[in-house]
Amino acid sequence: MTTTTATPGPIAQLTHDVLEAPPLTLRDLAWRRFRRHKMALFGGITLILLVAYALVGTLIYPESYANHNDTGQALQAPSAAHPFGTDPIGRDVLARTIYGAQISLLIGLAAVTIETLAGILIGALAGYYGGWLDSVLMRFTEAMLIIPEIFLLIVMAKFFGNKIPDINLFGRIFSGSVIVIVVIIGLTSWMYLARIVRAEFLSLKENDFILAAHATGTPNLQIIIGHILPNSIAPIVVSATLGVANAILAEAYISFLGLGVQPPTATWGNMLDNANSYMDTAPWLWFFPGLLILLTVLSINFLGDGLRDALDPRSRTV
Amino acid sequence: MTRYIIRRLLQGVPVLIIISMILFALMMNMGDPVAAMGGRTITRTADRERLKRQLGLDKPIYVQYLYWLVGNDWTKVDLNGDGVAETPGTRKGVLRGDFGTSLSIRGKSVVQVISERLPNTLLLMIAAEVFIILGALLIGVYSALRQYSLWDNVITAITFIFYSMPIFFIALLSMYLFGVLFKQWGLPYLPTVGMFDPQIGQTPGQVALHMVLPVLSIALISFAAYSRYVRSTMLEVMSQDYIRTARSKGLPRREIIFIHALKNASLPIVTVVGLDLPLLLGGAVVTERIFAWPGMGRLFLDQVGRADTPVVMGILMMIAVAVVVFQVITDIVYAWLDPRIRYGT
Repeated sequence: MTTTTATPGPIAQLTHDVLEAPPLTLRDLAWRRFRRHKMALFGGITLILLVAYALVGTLIYPESYANHNDTGQALQAPSAAHPFGTDPIGRDVLARTIYGAQISLLIGLAAVTIETLAGILIGALAGYYGGWLDSVLMRFTEAMLIIPEIFLLIVMAKFFGNKIPDINLFGRIFSGSVIVIVVIIGLTSWMYLARIVRAEFLSLKENDFILAAHATGTPNLQIIIGHILPNSIAPIVVSATLGVANAILAEAYISFLGLGVQPPTATWGNMLDNANSYMDTAPWLWFFPGLLILLTVLSINFLGDGLRDALDPRSRTV
Repeated sequence: MTRYIIRRLLQGVPVLIIISMILFALMMNMGDPVAAMGGRTITRTADRERLKRQLGLDKPIYVQYLYWLVGNDWTKVDLNGDGVAETPGTRKGVLRGDFGTSLSIRGKSVVQVISERLPNTLLLMIAAEVFIILGALLIGVYSALRQYSLWDNVITAITFIFYSMPIFFIALLSMYLFGVLFKQWGLPYLPTVGMFDPQIGQTPGQVALHMVLPVLSIALISFAAYSRYVRSTMLEVMSQDYIRTARSKGLPRREIIFIHALKNASLPIVTVVGLDLPLLLGGAVVTERIFAWPGMGRLFLDQVGRADTPVVMGILMMIAVAVVVFQVITDIVYAWLDPRIRYGT
């Protein structure tokens, strides 16, 4: 057993060359720190591969094939014709994971957009204006945080369920439930971001440059958007990245419970709906979508972890 | 201190009222509770209307909320539909501890329905929580003491994988491995669904056997986040001066780690655990569904499907109150454990 001494982490070794080189910009510094994160690089590459899987697959299998059912082919084990097997009504699981990837990734990104907008709006208003507005918004945030997300999601999914008609976009038909899921995931996950943004605004608004902006008569909105927000972008980026992973998981859970995106639109989550009935007889039904969800969420978490280190302004490593 | 506790609890009241309003409004649009009532289909319109009137479902939403919150025994309700309120109300309201009667499980109060399921959920969740805390402490301390070693990196990678794992995936994988493949290989295998084998009955042995897989699934997923946390607090504490002092005094390493360091490193963990404890009441919706465990999560899912507002509101408000109370308790315990913290009156 070796004695552990308190090592203060790797210290920057400034060689002669580095000292002579022109000063690094913040972006260069962040990129250098990010590159050093092996796991974050792994996450980034895996994500690119997954996006390629979703896009290139479209060229091989048309969507009609992914939704084509043939009960004569039901529940076939993986074979050359169907590498991932077929589902209980004879649809090809491989083709469905490809189209499911598109929808699942899309839901993740769209839900995080809503989450981020809501989080920034509420956090910025509360942090910048303070006073009664802050109290009201923060009580509301606390109220939303009190109920675990999965319970809120179930109640909301039930509330909005099947109220939006199917949409026709780019010649493809999307179940209206995709929009419902995006909105409810966005609306149940903004609370932590709002708190982060509020804390950033509270500390940043005391700075001299904000005082100067006030003195020159800059309107409040411009101070918020043009002066404070750009300075608090790092934690927002990190939180949004990790938010994509959570949104994909949330979609998977809610669709797994049968309350999410409705067929025939495939998502990784709704491919798993009822999978536990086929847990022993057709493991390929749940294994491949489950594995893809795991890979995606894992990559995003690695990426987010790397970004957190890279964008941390207090980090001194170069 | 007492004033601090009272003030904190009072601050929770508006928050609870806001969330109860939001949830109540959401529950109003869940479908027709009369349609799913007790498995009977009520076809005649007149019957449906009478039933709705008796249950108070014909009232506007704010009146329903008011009756739910404070009861209706202070006023009269119209039961026979002639437009004249003649019968005194009987409900006492949530504020006086009356959560109402379930709409779909006939004749049972919400409290009864919940108390039938709560022990099952607590059994599952507390067992999982014990494993989570012990595992996280063990793994977290181990990898903190060997920071950046091979094992630390391996553990970090594994915790990331479990942290990113959807619970149904690990549940299905473990069911397939320990329930199906083990059976095929002729090894001793584990049961995958339910709480006990109906042929044997609900014996402690049976329940324990059926608990293994759900507890394993919940514990593996949640312990990852905890152990990361233990690792970082442990690292922070190990680099402090008093640990160096203890080491220079020549104290045994074991004593330094487990008595001097772990004691202080556990403080932030107490907060995390304290804030997570109330969530155990709600059970694990997805896990209970997969393993067919008759707990709160399943109850919630079923009753949402049947638009059973009183039960759903009862479950959610129970969790909400527990969250508020545990936040205060956690603060108090934290102050008690850490003498540096004093709450002003």
